[in-house]
Amino acid sequence: MTDNRFFNRSELIGILVLAVFLVVVLPLTLDVFRLNLVAKYLTYAFVALGLVICWGYGGILSLGQGVFFGLGGYCMAMFLKLEASSVENTKIQSTPGIPDFMDWNQITSLPLLWQPFHSLTFTILAIILVPGIFALIIGTAMFKRRVGGTYFAIITQAVAAILTILIVGQQGYTGGINGMTDLRTLKGWDIRPDHAKIVLYFFEVGLLLACIMIAQFVRHSKLGRILVAMREKEDRVRFSGYSVANFKIFAFCIAAVFAAIGGAMFALNVGFMSPSFVGIVPSIEMVIYTAVGGRLSILGAVYGTLLVNFAKTSLSESFPELWLFGLGGLFITVVLAFPNGLAGIWGDYVQPRIDRLISSRKPKPEGWTDNSVADGAPAE
Amino acid sequence: MFGDYSLGDLGSIFVMQGFAGLILFSVYVLMALGLAIIFGQMGVINMAHGEFMILGAYVTWMTSNFFQTYLPSLFSGYFFLAMILAFVASGALGMLVEWVLIRHLYKRPLDTLLATWGLSLMLQQAYRSVFGAREVGVELPQWMLGSLHVSDSIEVPINGVFVMCLTVLITVCVAYVMYKSRWGRQVRAVVQNRIMAGAVGINTEKVDRYTFGLGCGIAGVAGSAFTMIGSTGPTSGQLYIVDTFLVVVFGGAASLLGTIASAFSISQTQSTLEFFMSGSMAKVLTLLAVVGILMLRPQGLFALKVRK
Repeated sequence: MTDNRFFNRSELIGILVLAVFLVVVLPLTLDVFRLNLVAKYLTYAFVALGLVICWGYGGILSLGQGVFFGLGGYCMAMFLKLEASSVENTKIQSTPGIPDFMDWNQITSLPLLWQPFHSLTFTILAIILVPGIFALIIGTAMFKRRVGGTYFAIITQAVAAILTILIVGQQGYTGGINGMTDLRTLKGWDIRPDHAKIVLYFFEVGLLLACIMIAQFVRHSKLGRILVAMREKEDRVRFSGYSVANFKIFAFCIAAVFAAIGGAMFALNVGFMSPSFVGIVPSIEMVIYTAVGGRLSILGAVYGTLLVNFAKTSLSESFPELWLFGLGGLFITVVLAFPNGLAGIWGDYVQPRIDRLISSRKPKPEGWTDNSVADGAPAE
Repeated sequence: MFGDYSLGDLGSIFVMQGFAGLILFSVYVLMALGLAIIFGQMGVINMAHGEFMILGAYVTWMTSNFFQTYLPSLFSGYFFLAMILAFVASGALGMLVEWVLIRHLYKRPLDTLLATWGLSLMLQQAYRSVFGAREVGVELPQWMLGSLHVSDSIEVPINGVFVMCLTVLITVCVAYVMYKSRWGRQVRAVVQNRIMAGAVGINTEKVDRYTFGLGCGIAGVAGSAFTMIGSTGPTSGQLYIVDTFLVVVFGGAASLLGTIASAFSISQTQSTLEFFMSGSMAKVLTLLAVVGILMLRPQGLFALKVRK
């Protein structure tokens, strides 16, 4: 990749294929219920995309992406919940006009934290800024002190645990273990009927493609190359005069913001938000999507997410006992045998054949998946 | 929040909660000891550690059932045999896992996390298929029931005392093995410099396998002790894994003393706070404090001074 363009030819084709697949093929072939399922899966693809930048390129494994997914989702859900709990809708409560779970928990006025979420503008800003600033704080505290690798993974995991316990414990303010359910309208527009689901699906695909563009931009810019250099030999980058910590913080923040967008879309598409998408288990599952898709492949993250979730849904519907064996086995196989996931298989076996088929005269494009990535994580 | 209690009451509360904290401390120490060996010494993030512990708990449960049915006369002493069996079972499984899985991943510490997470899912499902989804409890022998009266307001359960004594004993054994025995020296040599250790004739692969096995075996003993104070289900191990990692990291990964000190401070903080607020808030505050301190002092409480 000697030039500064954001795509080479094969990547452009890849993005177009994905766009056609998501925008044309899936909506034409699936019914609304399945399409909504795909929309739910795609919200995780945002997280996986962030992890490609943060983990694949930056070498920072965060096991707390569920935190950011949850923060984004809860911001959106708070707005929707407030709109669903208008005074007319909640006449039967002892305090009309506040969300139902607050009423059940004997809270009589809207908490201060909830007040600004009456405004959609504030909510959209909060979806981006709250997780972004939170990631900035964690990132600054950790990376400026050169904490990384396994330590960082464990601490982010602890953060995920803390947030889950907090949400479950503070039932009156967060809806507790059930989360925020019964979300109805967005600025008066009902999000529950089928046509709304379809509109939301296309909106989400648009956002996802935009995020893919941003990720492409990051990867091909100087920034992306410094990230890779940092992952491989952190000290050399530091001695060359770059502030390693700042680049890591940036990668972590962008992953957090992507995850938050995914979370917000989740609340819109699925119509509820609960702590079961915040904790350690979902956070690790999100890492697995990235690992299956290929931690270095932006598009692989999307396909990996779709594939794992389809497998999860269909397997757990028909063989609930086997599903965990399958999932566990999948992790182990991917980690042991295919550290670059689907994208690695594609780049190693399929792509060369296609290239040979298309033209045997042109020189083979330099495949970035061929880089040594087996030891992608920096040694601490 | 102290207003409603007299001074004497407060004293008793602190003693009782302190004792509850000591039991929690015992569980943390037992789990963290194995993890400190595996994570602290080998750098492997073993997310399946809790499942190794649960294996020990199930082995204890099976032994107790066996004694109850076939050897009721010896029932009062079954626990000691169960502990040894738990150690052997978890240790053997650990060595198998090391051989199949972990040894390919020493150069990729973050990937061990994903692989062992997959392993933990499979083990959980295996437990569920074999032992059922319901939690099982172990029948305690007669001499472990009841409690000691220290004063009018302070009572100390005997099984708690037993678990604590056990913890002390195991900790002393592990410290001896790691720091005094020839084998422990080999382990530390391999950790500090694998290539040089190999060059002076240490079979590093064998040392790795036995180290991992030892760590898992101790987890099995921890599970065995755990049955004395709580019931066991397929996913019980998951509840403790994050706490245990925090204990190890907070203590300073390579330091045994640090692990014990951090287990003590974390468990005492949590159980004392638990009396004054809801359990979940106590946990949140404890974890927040630990994460906060780790952000200020990432190397943990007791860090070995090593040049990187």
